[in-house]
Amino acid sequence: MAELVNLTIDGVPVSVPKGMLIVDAAKKIGNDIPVFCYHPKLKPVGMCRMCLVEVGTPKIDPATKQPVRDEQGNVVIAFMPKLTTACTTPVSEGMVVRTATEQVRAAREDILEFLLTSHPLDCPICDKGGECPLQNLTLAFGPAFSRFDYNDKAHNEKHVPLGDLIYLDRERCIQCARCIRFQDEIADDHVLQFHDRGRGMEIITFSDPPFDSYFGGNTTDICPVGALTTADFRFKARPWELSSTPSVCTHCAVGCNIALNTRLETRTGGYEIKRVMPRQNEQVNEIWICDKGRYVHHFTRAEDRLRRPMIRREGRLVESTWEQALQVIADRIGLAGGSVAAVIGDRIPNEDAYVIAKLVRELGGEVGISPAVPAYYADVARAFGVGAECDFGRLGKGDVLMVINGDVEEQAPVWFLRLRQAVVDRGATLVLAHSRSTKMHRYAHAIYRYDPGYAAKWLAANGQALIERHLAGARNALIVFGDEQLDGPGARALAQLLANLLIQAGHVGKPESGLLPLYPHANTQGVFDMTQAVRETAMVNGKRNGSELFQYDVVWLAGVGDDADVPRARFTVVQELFLTDLAKRADVLLPALSFAEREGTFTSADRRVQRFYRALPPLDEAKPDWWIALELAKRLGYAWRYAGPQAIFAEVAQRVPAYAGLSYERISQVAPQWPPLGREDLYYGGTVYDNTGGLGARYASDAERDPAGVRPYEVTVPEPTIAGLARILRPLYREGELIRRSAVLAAHLVPVGQPA
Amino acid sequence: MVKYYGSKNKTMDRHVLLRDIDVPNIREYDVYVANGGYEAWKKALTSMKPDEVIAVVKDSGLRGRGGAGFPAGVKWSFIPKDVFPKYVVVNGDESEAGTFKDHQIIDGNPHQLIEGAALCAYAVGANVCYIYLRGEFYEPAQTLQRAIDDAYAHGMLGKNVLGSGFDIDMYIHLGAGAYICGEETALLSSLEGQLGQPRLRPPFPAVQGLYAKPTVINNVETLANVPPIVLNGAQWYRQYGTEKSPGTKIFCVSGCVNRPGNYELPLGQYTIRELIEMAGGTIDGRAVKGVLPAGSSAPILPASALDTKLDYESLQAAGSILGSASFVILDETVDIVWAARKMVRFFKHESCGKCTPCREGTYWALKLYDKLLAGRGTLDDVNMIGEVAAQMSNKCFCLLGEFATSPMLSTLKHFRAEYEAFIARHGNGLSNGYTDELIREGVIAGPEGVIARH
Amino acid sequence: MLREKRANDIQAILSKYPPERKRSAVMPLLYLAQEEYGYCSDDAVREVAEIIGCDPTEVKGIVGFYTMFYEQPVGKYVIDVCDDLPCALRGADKFVTHCERKLGIRAGQTTPDGKFTLNTVMCIAACDRAPVAQINRKYYYDLTAEQFDQLVDALAKEQGNGQNPH
Ligand SMILES: Cc1cc2nc3c(=O)[nH]c(=O)nc-3n(C[C@H](O)[C@H](O)[C@H](O)COP(=O)(O)O)c2cc1C
Ligand code: SF4
Ligand code: FES
Repeated sequence: MAELVNLTIDGVPVSVPKGMLIVDAAKKIGNDIPVFCYHPKLKPVGMCRMCLVEVGTPKIDPATKQPVRDEQGNVVIAFMPKLTTACTTPVSEGMVVRTATEQVRAAREDILEFLLTSHPLDCPICDKGGECPLQNLTLAFGPAFSRFDYNDKAHNEKHVPLGDLIYLDRERCIQCARCIRFQDEIADDHVLQFHDRGRGMEIITFSDPPFDSYFGGNTTDICPVGALTTADFRFKARPWELSSTPSVCTHCAVGCNIALNTRLETRTGGYEIKRVMPRQNEQVNEIWICDKGRYVHHFTRAEDRLRRPMIRREGRLVESTWEQALQVIADRIGLAGGSVAAVIGDRIPNEDAYVIAKLVRELGGEVGISPAVPAYYADVARAFGVGAECDFGRLGKGDVLMVINGDVEEQAPVWFLRLRQAVVDRGATLVLAHSRSTKMHRYAHAIYRYDPGYAAKWLAANGQALIERHLAGARNALIVFGDEQLDGPGARALAQLLANLLIQAGHVGKPESGLLPLYPHANTQGVFDMTQAVRETAMVNGKRNGSELFQYDVVWLAGVGDDADVPRARFTVVQELFLTDLAKRADVLLPALSFAEREGTFTSADRRVQRFYRALPPLDEAKPDWWIALELAKRLGYAWRYAGPQAIFAEVAQRVPAYAGLSYERISQVAPQWPPLGREDLYYGGTVYDNTGGLGARYASDAERDPAGVRPYEVTVPEPTIAGLARILRPLYREGELIRRSAVLAAHLVPVGQPA
Repeated sequence: MVKYYGSKNKTMDRHVLLRDIDVPNIREYDVYVANGGYEAWKKALTSMKPDEVIAVVKDSGLRGRGGAGFPAGVKWSFIPKDVFPKYVVVNGDESEAGTFKDHQIIDGNPHQLIEGAALCAYAVGANVCYIYLRGEFYEPAQTLQRAIDDAYAHGMLGKNVLGSGFDIDMYIHLGAGAYICGEETALLSSLEGQLGQPRLRPPFPAVQGLYAKPTVINNVETLANVPPIVLNGAQWYRQYGTEKSPGTKIFCVSGCVNRPGNYELPLGQYTIRELIEMAGGTIDGRAVKGVLPAGSSAPILPASALDTKLDYESLQAAGSILGSASFVILDETVDIVWAARKMVRFFKHESCGKCTPCREGTYWALKLYDKLLAGRGTLDDVNMIGEVAAQMSNKCFCLLGEFATSPMLSTLKHFRAEYEAFIARHGNGLSNGYTDELIREGVIAGPEGVIARH
Repeated sequence: MLREKRANDIQAILSKYPPERKRSAVMPLLYLAQEEYGYCSDDAVREVAEIIGCDPTEVKGIVGFYTMFYEQPVGKYVIDVCDDLPCALRGADKFVTHCERKLGIRAGQTTPDGKFTLNTVMCIAACDRAPVAQINRKYYYDLTAEQFDQLVDALAKEQGNGQNPH
């Protein structure tokens, strides 16, 4: 526990950890000292001067080094001659802060008046109106009128594109540098800077391409005025018209907490997602999301979403009713006599994956996962994953972070932010091994290279050296690994070797030690967990015993993206959002609901189980995957009754050992977050940070649950294969069915099959 | 050929700093050495411990000549012993309006600066010294670079100087036109290749300065004092000046005098009036209206303060500061409103933009002055100038913003009547005297084709 | 390309700063680029950014902050006349007006033939020798209208590249 310091703020005593800034200490007791440039996630700069307060400290007798006392025995407080910025001054023992004096009030008015004289006051047409710190603080602390001549106001350019995703209104900017500092300190993409000086100072980008950063959207959230807006949201809606629904981002395995802001559209008569905003979860994404998560939502209301079931008749898919479609499938399965396989895409929520797997097991069929490769090592990742109590925010000096064979920024962008800070700001040691360079390489203390595809081979040869050089003396060892250019057996060997390293170096069963896999999608771990019990290890790819030729009677594909993962079948059922190439070949095509239209849970790559909620009404006749499975089960004679995902999850908690003890109640719990952002907060902006949907819960690794069972793997390291080498890398904006439907990102797409 | 004005120095037989006045060509290495140059450096390296150098500078009471007047030896003693590397940074940004003393030292007596900087480096254990010169000092920088090269050539700089085992490298770094880069933290940012904006203190440069390493920053003139102090001792130095302001100081005199220039005088011995006399008196013997003792940054003093002694304490008691001792003399013909606008324009131009009160305040203050000068001002505007200054006051990130209020507040304090008279005179028409300047700056529209090609 | 043409100068500049602090070289390199291209063109900014290994945006910010880096082409001779208070007390304003008339341009402008740019500048630390100007960073002290005219006439005839009037 950090050392505590006692002080009083407006007479209220408060004890806070040493080193805390006055502004945060005041926040602890609900005293919102107004700020503009200060942001609790950024280093203090003290530029805007809004947070000026009176600060005094006990007068110390130079002779005795003891506080001087007056006749009454009270400690004499020496106040600083000038007002002091609360955002840059750390607390100290016995400090006295006054925030409610006439002098402070006047100073706030003075600064606000200055800021407003250069501001266009165009709140009625500003995107930030309604959630604008400048607006809020003006109401709370501003002068009633301005003494300055409106005609002498400086005029600046409006609608300046800083790239294709972010626009700048130079008139609205109050030069707080939050955006620049975010890009410099958090994203490490130095694409914004001030230009000119004095009143001429304005934000520019001169990068090539301009303002190109996976995290740029966050600047629009933290901008305390409406100066920065996204191309996606600007002029689309007013904040107060939006409903906000807690959700979890589905575009990578980090599991960022988000809020879906929706509005009823008169144009279409339906609800639409207007924007995706981060929801605060200090354990996961703090208050950041990447631009993919922010902008890819358009697929949810794409025109070409599948809306009705379809059945193949005379070679063509024709619309049908659910009744007809389900009956056709049930009939085929009834005739299949167990020759049934389901392949479940790793974006399918836990509940749905569970019931599909359960049904197929009852039918005597088999279950596979798509993509297939992660299924080879997800058990290793779960067994030796980071501890249940792991907090990335605690990683720092003495800890070793190893990244091998994966590109954290491309594959788990928000982890990149968090791990980078552990290294750059808090002094963790970064060891990198990869066949190519990544952005993480900038911060590495040691870099190893091997030929593409040789990750496991290299590790087998060098593991001992890694232990000696880096892992043995470390406080914690956290290993992030990817499956780039490895086939299943290769990836499995890599994961097992890494687990062995941890065991050997004694980094098992500690919270901040363990493996972190760079899975491809939001629920890779979850789908693995839900299906493992019914999956034959040999049949992870829908190809029984490795035989390419085996043909099932019925293959059921739920959210499968890749042809390679599909076994041969006489009859194919596809559950999809879109008419993908695979869907076109279906015998029965079933329209599924997207995550935004339903509820469920995902399990992130670090095994945090999190809830998402229904933000949009169902689209036409599309249904959740679990509903489809249950309806089929009914027609096949199983009298299963689940009231909905919550009931399914309750069964999961009973049947899947790792999930024991988890429940919707438990993962919906919230706890106050520090620093507090959003809520009644006046000054950090954003109306949706507040986490009301639950913080989720991480289940324990196998090694934690059963320490006695920990033993090293016997590893067979296979030769690299063509199949592995040919595996495409996964750049963040790799073109896919969903991202393709967000026109704002069109210029950024990386065609499939091409590395970043 | 550069022309210098010597001081009519009554008590010093020799200059301590402006030795180029006494010794022609002392900028040349040989001449400098022939006149006792680098003796202090040799003495220190061969017979003094670093702490002894700090001690003698501390005892001398030498105060920083960059403006704040902080005791140099005390500053050096703040440098931690056990952190490496350390740096010495020489502040040669000299951008305060009316200041041109460092210019003369660099141009006329560069080796003394080099020797002083080297002594400082030795005292604090720094092996690298950067001399930050304002970008306009491109020419003086060449003189200084030649001197540095000569010092290297003669083994006064470089590796293992005089066999002492002490290494010292010295580099010049040119700014590029920003007054704020004279402020020490902005200077460091600039030297690091960042925007020249001031940064938070603490950490102070002594703890985390250049590249976050312990750093001494001293003004050019401050360091030029060091060789004679080390050579002759603290007591010798203290024979000049007062108890609290020991030594000699260069006074830059400019404005309405007959012989503007640098005058090196013992601190506390003469008055402003005598300084003006040394500078040849006012042009045509006109009465002095006001004096700016430290350029635009210092509150103006009215003629009634002319008998103030020239030292840190006395000027402070008189309601201003000694600062960099750049005395700008305004005579009775000078329009105070016009002069105040010039100064406010300076700060508006130089505001770095980092903090709100300075960025916005200087903008609006100049707008108000422009309005007055353009003949559209009212008494309300005059009051408003005071209010803007008060609105900025004590709230700025660094002193530049606070300095900016001083021309406004001090001229209003001493010369409010002039403001009122100005409005009465020009209230509804164009102000004659300044037409060209105001047209040039776009404050008032000029008639088409004012500038005829010829 | 700066890198090819001025390799030695770049090396000399970089050698002044610790190897991991290349960014410190941004200002000297911008001066070098300006010498080479006449102003800090977009390409120059990108080249400098590459040399010191930072984003062009950061270099552009530096160019924008300091007055002595030009973002637009300037005349072969940049004439900076100080019209700050100390100089103005000694006739700098009148002198600037004279310069404007002589060159036929306003302060802040460049002559149509691209020869001269006239600027007014804040104090340049030579107030004792006002009126004072810098032409391509070389000081000219105690200027009179006649001297200025002679200077300009002489420079107008100069055929050099203007970079180094010394
Ligand atoms: C706005 C501002 C401008 C300054 N300009 C200069 C300057 O041009 N030269 C200088 O030596 N000090 C200048 N200073 C003072 C420096 O910050 C610093 O105090 C000085 O370099 C310390 O050296 P000294 O102790 O030797 O005086 C300035 C300070 C401020 C606040
Ligand atoms: S654009 Fe917004 S965040 Fe950036 S400096 Fe301006 S007000 Fe601050
Ligand atoms: S100065 Fe403290 S919040 Fe901006």
